[in-house]
Amino acid sequence: MRAHTLVVLVEDHPGVMNRIMSLFRQRGFNVDSIAVGHSEIAGMSRITLGVSGDEREIEQLTKQLYKLLEVVKVTDVSGENLIHRELALVKLAATERTRGDIMRLVSEVFRARVVDAAPDTVVIEVTGPSEKIDSLIALVRPYGIKEIARTGAVAMVRGSGAVATTHEEALA
Amino acid sequence: MAVETQQTGSAVEREVPPMTGARVLCQALMREGVDTIFGYPGGAVIPLYDVLPEFDIHHVLTRHEQGAAHAADGYARATGKVGVCLATSGPGATNLVTGIATAMLDSVPVVAITGQVGQAVIGTDAFQEIDITGITLPITKHNFVIRTVDEIGPTIQKAFHLAISGRPGPVLIDFPKDVQLARGTLAPEEQLNLPGYRPTIVPHRRQVKRAAEMIRKAERPLILAGHGIVISGATDELVEFVERAQVPVGLTLLGIGGFPGSHPLSLGMIGMHGFTHGNHAINECDVLIGIGMRFDDRVTGRISEFAPNAKVVHIDIDPAEIGKNVTADVPVVGDARETLKMLNEMLEPQHHDAWLKQIELWRRDMPSRETHPNGALLPQYVVERLHARTEGRAIVTTDVGQHQMWAAQYYGCDIPKQWLTSGGLGTMGFGVPSALGAALGCRDQTVWTICGDGGVQMTLFEFATLVQENANVKVAIVNNGYLGMVRQWQQLFHNRNYSETPISSPDFVMLGQAYSIPSRRVMRPGEVDEAIDWAQSFEGPALIEFVVNQEENVYPMIPSGGSVGEMIEEELEW
Repeated sequence: MRAHTLVVLVEDHPGVMNRIMSLFRQRGFNVDSIAVGHSEIAGMSRITLGVSGDEREIEQLTKQLYKLLEVVKVTDVSGENLIHRELALVKLAATERTRGDIMRLVSEVFRARVVDAAPDTVVIEVTGPSEKIDSLIALVRPYGIKEIARTGAVAMVRGSGAVATTHEEALA
Repeated sequence: MAVETQQTGSAVEREVPPMTGARVLCQALMREGVDTIFGYPGGAVIPLYDVLPEFDIHHVLTRHEQGAAHAADGYARATGKVGVCLATSGPGATNLVTGIATAMLDSVPVVAITGQVGQAVIGTDAFQEIDITGITLPITKHNFVIRTVDEIGPTIQKAFHLAISGRPGPVLIDFPKDVQLARGTLAPEEQLNLPGYRPTIVPHRRQVKRAAEMIRKAERPLILAGHGIVISGATDELVEFVERAQVPVGLTLLGIGGFPGSHPLSLGMIGMHGFTHGNHAINECDVLIGIGMRFDDRVTGRISEFAPNAKVVHIDIDPAEIGKNVTADVPVVGDARETLKMLNEMLEPQHHDAWLKQIELWRRDMPSRETHPNGALLPQYVVERLHARTEGRAIVTTDVGQHQMWAAQYYGCDIPKQWLTSGGLGTMGFGVPSALGAALGCRDQTVWTICGDGGVQMTLFEFATLVQENANVKVAIVNNGYLGMVRQWQQLFHNRNYSETPISSPDFVMLGQAYSIPSRRVMRPGEVDEAIDWAQSFEGPALIEFVVNQEENVYPMIPSGGSVGEMIEEELEW
């Protein structure tokens, strides 16, 4: 059992995410995080999946994904030299007295930003590997967390290689 | 949603193409070679039914949409072509669901077309609106919603291609009423662009070579052949391979007919109710070659004890089946026929005399069954006589339960596409409507449907359709007064607690006659042959009720989740 990151290229059709989520639910695959957006290829979306499982489960998940008509390419990038990023917004209770501490802490240690301040709250924006976000959250928890919004991680392999740079390559 | 037809003004109207979406759909179906549709009208498909009679397509009005779906399935299994069913929105569509799921689990090419409410009211819980594409997501190979007339041609083309290619399966097309009424033309056939769909037909040569090497080294090889043999039409190639390599063949429930049952190297069906020698062979083999099958739990029993001495070669067109249940030492992704062709080129003749002799000894050790204990009529005897009197040439469909297993054991099919049964989903009620579909797909053949008294009552409304179509379907009801398979489990594993399994039936002979079906009842062994011959002496439907021994069990039996060591071979004193 180990955390895997899968990059899935799908045709940008209505209902694609529904098909993928239905597949996961039906077959009992555990998804830790999911992030979706347009890819560099017109008409194709890129899904980054964080999933846990042993090799056999991940292989089965990959094969089942390929059975969906709109799934064009599935790449397991776990173990590669990865850039792994997630964005989180954290709304914290803050008083006149604590606001300065919070701002210093998050900007110096986490290179996070305060993107909103109200009389009794601040909103912190932080980007980074999921573990970094986890530790930021742990650190600011004592101040009183009002709300957390996380995007789920996106990932990219370092260096000149690409999962797919063209439609043709996606199909190769 | 834009509806292209709602422009007004005479100038525009003159340019409007002369065809409704409903006609375009029929044209597209004609282009795919559709000659028969099983369906049932309703509000959301009235425009389609309005134009259907203009086309050279035979519409079969079933008595329930489930019947239409099973009939399309039976048509597809018997002909090898895509079966088509049609229903209205809402309840019409949901009534197809069991039939679609049946086709999904058994990889049968069916295209289901459902009416849908107009796009303007989709999402408003309109009358007879249901999200059928959502409902059928996990039980179709793919499904579509047609949103404009322009999409009709390409969607039908894709649907038929997807249904029958690669690993076949059902495809559903949801067809909103406003598109049926909109105007347009049929787009010319196009080169399909399905970037995410590239089934591997021809296997990788290197993998086939590895398989050949493993088979060459085997001392006790065994083939398990499944539905893939029938679907890909690989019977000749399999026979050649088997004779060349001298490897015995066990069949899955759906593999029956893919390899001749009368061949000396056939072990018949294996698995939960497979014969003893076949299951012993699985236990002892050193190389197991699964071809076009998926190591279902009814085949394997307890996975950890399945084929404990064997290296596994797994050949299947669906890569997701390989390594799913049983780890494959040599995985081969490809069409069964193409793979066997390649194997036949690579492999020189082999000999496994000692192994075959061992299997023969197991075969001889099987307990013999009394034909008529105390003069009783046994269901196995009924099936054996059906096989004898039809000379094994009939198309046989079954329902699900004990009779299905007896039919699998004793109707030794020699010809592919003559054995139609719901294996994966195990759908009671499949027998009669699938026989209807098979009979209309193969009009020169006789179709026998072997049903239990439970299953036949689930879909016997289709008797009316058999008569309406004068379908050459002979209904054999094996009546033991029980939901027999469940009763057997209750007897063996639940202390004879026959909870809700005794089931009453109508007078089947009177019922058949009420539908104008010539009908008879058989109570004694001596009447069996004559009744079968009578049923076959005329065209069109016939019904025979065989009143059989009530508490007969299906043996051998490996209890669910068990292994060969736990096989129950014959009736013990309980």
